[in-house]
Amino acid sequence: MSFLDRLFGRREPTSRQMAKDRLQLVLVHDRINISPGMLDTMKDEMIKVISKYVEIDPDGVEVTFTQSKRQSRLTADIPVVGPVRRHPKKSSARATAVHGRAEVGGDG
Amino acid sequence: MAATIVTITSGKGGVGKTTVTANLSMALAMLGKRVLAIDTDIGLRNLDVVLGLENRIVYDLVDVVEGRCRLRQALIRDKRLSELFLLPAAQTRDKSAVNPEQMVRLCDQVRPEFDFVMIDSPAGIEQGYRNAVAPADRVLIVTTPEVSAVRDADRIVGLVEAGEKGPPKLIINRLNPAMVRREEMLSTVDVVEILAIDLIGVVPEDPAVIVSSNRGNPVSLDGKSPSGQAFRNIAGRLLGQDIPIMPIKESASVLDRLSRFLRG
Repeated sequence: MSFLDRLFGRREPTSRQMAKDRLQLVLVHDRINISPGMLDTMKDEMIKVISKYVEIDPDGVEVTFTQSKRQSRLTADIPVVGPVRRHPKKSSARATAVHGRAEVGGDG
Repeated sequence: MAATIVTITSGKGGVGKTTVTANLSMALAMLGKRVLAIDTDIGLRNLDVVLGLENRIVYDLVDVVEGRCRLRQALIRDKRLSELFLLPAAQTRDKSAVNPEQMVRLCDQVRPEFDFVMIDSPAGIEQGYRNAVAPADRVLIVTTPEVSAVRDADRIVGLVEAGEKGPPKLIINRLNPAMVRREEMLSTVDVVEILAIDLIGVVPEDPAVIVSSNRGNPVSLDGKSPSGQAFRNIAGRLLGQDIPIMPIKESASVLDRLSRFLRG
């Protein structure tokens, strides 16, 4: 960031930094062969599955791939609101049925 | 003698595979090693012109593989360095004229007679690449500090690692230190960080490379040029010598910092 840029309030990353950032992003997808679209689908399915067990905030879910050396890591940041409201008369033995409904209804 | 077979590849075309192969072959021969350079870019051969040996081709790789001549007849001995040989690619055929098994057999045949077999790979990840990499003991991946070249290099790293060839080594070619100083080009550290493989050399951008290939005299023969020195250093590292990576001035000088501060 140059003196003049700062004076006029311009903020633009250097082209070197842009190259690095863009490469790192595109290589994450190249290496695991998952497109951003597929990542979204996976995220939606994860939300559905996890919602069967705990109540989460679907809008706050963040799923990202990170790299350490050539090792890819999938990180999911999922804000938990609370336990899934279970039907008061259902015993724990019938939990499977409750989960089944969660999948169909999508509201736990 | 039992040659080490080194394949030079890149994924992307035009990053300097042939220049690297020619120069490392020359530099190894200058260090007293017996070297065979093989061009596997069938249909688009160029190692012969870069080495300045194009007028002496009689037989080629495909002639050898198809049995039209003996291997020895196809090898061209360099006049400057008597320990350097070239096996040129065929110019009128395509990559499918040779298969990976034939390349392995050919390299096994020459292995006892050389210290190094340097294989120049074609661009791409198809059969030509597979032919070039099949016999390799070591793989060198060439990239330039550009997004397209680095991305393709990353594909090759993945393929080489999946092929159980041992970890490939990286050569960064055509690095422009002034551009790196101005933050207009990926630095050595950036590229190594992104690709996460070991670096074996950095070759600065140098007009002498073009001048030398104009003449058919690889720049590693030139005692003074910075790129020639970089190639000779890489050759030394291939021999296991502990040569630190040449300090290419990437960090900004006081003047650079000042001018960037003022101009942006």
